[in-house]
Amino acid sequence: MNQLSFQLKGSVVTAIVLELYRYSRADFSAELEAKVRQAPMFFHQTPVVISLEKLEANAPSIDFTDLIALCRDFGLRPMAFKGAPAGLGEELQATGLVLIPAGQGGRATVPETAPAPVPAVAPEPEVVVRTVVEEKLVHRPSKIITRPIRSGQQVYAEGSDLIVMAAVSEGAEILADGHIHVYGPLRGRALAGVRGDAQARIFCQSLEAELVSVAGNFKLSDSLRELAWKAPAQVYLLDDTLHVGAL
Amino acid sequence: MNTREPGVAGKNEERLLAKIIVVTSGKGGVGKTTSSAAIGTGLALRGFKTAIIDFDVGLRNLDLIMGCERRVVYDFVNVINKEATLNQALIKDKRTPNLFILPASQTRDKDALSQEGVQAVLNELSRDFDYIVCDSPAGIEKGAQMALYYADIAVVVTNPEVSSVRDSDRILGILQSKTRRVEAGEEPVQEHLLLTRYNPSRVQAGEMLSVQDVEDILAIPLLGVIPESEAVLKASNQGMPVILEKETEAGQAYSDAVARLLGEEVEHRFLEVQKKGFFKRLLGGK
Repeated sequence: MNQLSFQLKGSVVTAIVLELYRYSRADFSAELEAKVRQAPMFFHQTPVVISLEKLEANAPSIDFTDLIALCRDFGLRPMAFKGAPAGLGEELQATGLVLIPAGQGGRATVPETAPAPVPAVAPEPEVVVRTVVEEKLVHRPSKIITRPIRSGQQVYAEGSDLIVMAAVSEGAEILADGHIHVYGPLRGRALAGVRGDAQARIFCQSLEAELVSVAGNFKLSDSLRELAWKAPAQVYLLDDTLHVGAL
Repeated sequence: MNTREPGVAGKNEERLLAKIIVVTSGKGGVGKTTSSAAIGTGLALRGFKTAIIDFDVGLRNLDLIMGCERRVVYDFVNVINKEATLNQALIKDKRTPNLFILPASQTRDKDALSQEGVQAVLNELSRDFDYIVCDSPAGIEKGAQMALYYADIAVVVTNPEVSSVRDSDRILGILQSKTRRVEAGEEPVQEHLLLTRYNPSRVQAGEMLSVQDVEDILAIPLLGVIPESEAVLKASNQGMPVILEKETEAGQAYSDAVARLLGEEVEHRFLEVQKKGFFKRLLGGK
């Protein structure tokens, strides 16, 4: 039975809702232009539902054809009016757009079905951005290096711990936002907690470093020589003082 | 000069057939050119068709050490610029069969080397050579990077002193990051340590790093230890690869190194201070 030329299906389409409070051509045009300039691609060819639910009751009459034309000029594609006040029905119908009754297919359902990064309400995109950032703050895997880090090389574990299974040569530099573990001789420079994490520590099998640092507090090799030189050691911060202890 | 037809430069993807060995160090004056000449000659002596390329454009030396400086007509840069064919520029060694030298240009600088040009020359050579030895210039700039980019094997020449060891460490870092093999996601370049100018009595006196010290810092397999020897200087001045001086310790040490490069197990020699007998001292046995 594949003879049908079409099939009707129910579907949810994500659209921006433009909630109109009041309308004067100049203000509306200026405000819309400012919004669009923030994210031109976001507003390009975007379907828009114009909501009149919050329209001021005693607002002067609006030239809706002009409003639609203005939206189109900025790349928006108005597709429907929502929650039209009584008395405006015929005027709105004349524009050719669909009329949706208030409280249907609106904010109540769209945020649940739409993917998170698409703001359901255009004027508050900042809120949505914040949610995305929160998702990225989840645990990041440690960076593991198995080959020697040579003089002149620099390895940075951004937002995580750094684990080096080989030697760190003199003249090499390793950095991590978290802890640093070195299972070969540590002869270069090691900086843990470079973004200020005072809890970060450096652990190594053989401490022969040129410099060790935790959250900006550092010690040079001369002072390390008296502490745990060429021995397994950890470096940590206690009361703003850098401690080096044998493991 | 050999008689084969000049080939056409291969495509970028073409798998190189010859093994490409780069002799490099970072630091200057540690014995790269001497080692390139010795290793290249050693491979040719064992029957492998070998080409040694001087990448030190502007500071040409290899031709002097190989004793072919008066036979240089065209050079590496001429071939890259298509002013000469590879066969016109390759100099056939007079002493050792299977051995060819591609000299550097003395009148140009390192900018004359282009990645595509170098690749085209290596592709063409690799079609009927077994080994290509690239004699790298000192430093870590363009010339040195060009010499090691296409390498399959790296011989890192190091003197037993701290600055040379650190520069070698630096060049090992570049070998791990800036080679064709790394960029293509293939097996990394095989790294070998060649310790030159080694003087056991100065090591004993604490004036030089020991083999153990250098191995500990660089952590790569030891290909050979070449003892400090007047024979090396003498051979260089005569335009003769020291490996051909078979009675010298340096020559023997290079022969051992070539054997190890080919996968043979040879015990390391000349690492200890040798007590010279009266007669040996009298005859100046070196």
